Amino acid sequence: MCLAIPAKVVDILNDTIVEVETFGNRAQVNTSLVEGLKQNDYVLVHAGFAIEILDVQAASESLALWREIYAAQPN
Amino acid sequence: MPHNPTNPGLLSTSFPPSAWTDSPLSFEDLSLSKAMLAEVKDRLAQWHQRNNRKLTLMEVCGTHTVALSKSGIRDALRPWLDLRSGPGCPVCVTDQEDIDRMLALAALPDVTVTTFGDMMRVPGTRGNLARAKAAGADIRIVYSPLEAVAIATGEPQREVIFMGIGFETTVPTVASSIQQAVEKGLRNFSVFSVHKLAAPVIRQLLQDPELSLDGLILPGHVAAITGRRHFAFIAEAFSLPAAVTGFAALDLLAGIRDLVRQVRDQHPQVSNCYSRVVREDGNAKAWALVETFFEPGRVKWRGLNELPASGLVLRPEYAAWDARQRFPLDLPPSQPPMGCLCGEVLKGKALPFDCRHFAASCTPVHPVGPCMVSGEGTCATYYKYERRENSAHALSH
Ligand code: SF4
Repeated sequence: MCLAIPAKVVDILNDTIVEVETFGNRAQVNTSLVEGLKQNDYVLVHAGFAIEILDVQAASESLALWREIYAAQPN
Repeated sequence: MPHNPTNPGLLSTSFPPSAWTDSPLSFEDLSLSKAMLAEVKDRLAQWHQRNNRKLTLMEVCGTHTVALSKSGIRDALRPWLDLRSGPGCPVCVTDQEDIDRMLALAALPDVTVTTFGDMMRVPGTRGNLARAKAAGADIRIVYSPLEAVAIATGEPQREVIFMGIGFETTVPTVASSIQQAVEKGLRNFSVFSVHKLAAPVIRQLLQDPELSLDGLILPGHVAAITGRRHFAFIAEAFSLPAAVTGFAALDLLAGIRDLVRQVRDQHPQVSNCYSRVVREDGNAKAWALVETFFEPGRVKWRGLNELPASGLVLRPEYAAWDARQRFPLDLPPSQPPMGCLCGEVLKGKALPFDCRHFAASCTPVHPVGPCMVSGEGTCATYYKYERRENSAHALSH
């Protein structure tokens, strides 16, 4: 039930509603629980709301770190 | 024990292909996952050899229970790692009495009950919501509490009750709906709150001398709202390693990897392995909204009875939107399903295999207890993914 889906903000419709895209589907979500949402941000969607904005820099840092650690390891 | 710690074969068939190709979200990277799995296996095998037992971690969140099974990680690490489910499936932890109250509310005249789909087939002492609906009760499944507000707005002649169930992740969405109802002066909308809080129940479990855990996989989406710091007490007061963890394959492995490191170094901390979502102090705006409408209350949990300040109840000033106040009920005593071990399963003390009903008289089609109903219930998850195991094997160290 705490399942939340990452989605990309593709259109800002008004003060509290944005359109997001996830897995090729579009949906409208309420943004009143987050602050300073912008177009192209990634959000975590739960029960019709954006509940957090994804930190894309933190994401790519984690991935880059792991790619570095495991690059030398055989699969 | 036959094992090959460098063979990550399972992953290649168990991981669903990711639809995300954008790099910031590609946390299902297969070759990276395989490499990390191999390393985690190695480290777990080393630990196992030194300590001559399996490492025991609890995944507190029901979504983690599903993700660990679905990804194949639970199975791949089974020779060295015992993963116990915790009290993190909201439907499963709901007390029998609250389920009976929901059923009684649905039977009231002119009432429309709105609920997340997971609740529909949870067995009450007498019947369930799905059967009540078939018998004529107006029960509607909604995806968002906002839909319940919309129904109340569109049908002013009906009393619309939303079944507020869930942890910190979900409560802000319910608080926002109450805010809409209050602002609109909507008097035919109310919330039946059985919301639960993660930290108090974790604190309770950690005081149980019978449960010996080496670490906790903390619920990433609860922490998205509460922040990492909220869980710092686990290392500070209980000296137990913990890791806030996400839900993709790489997230799960990174969380386990970090916990194995903490255990090995004997340096318990509460680390954040989901930094793209979880901040130190969480989503303050969302929590402020929760605190506007709710306050902590002493509530009942399945298998745990009453725990102080472990749930959220509507503040007295919003009694007009509180279904418990609006529709007081006098019910006969509730009875949990006979022989159902859900209460023990959600404390990590039993596995589904230990229940005599499991996969026999209790299946997803005919569930006896809530852990078999909810998509993230431990019994439903084990029914779907883990049935080749037997309890003797799974519990052996
Ligand atoms: S198998 Fe069914 S009856 Fe047994 S603990 Fe799980 S839900 Fe309860």
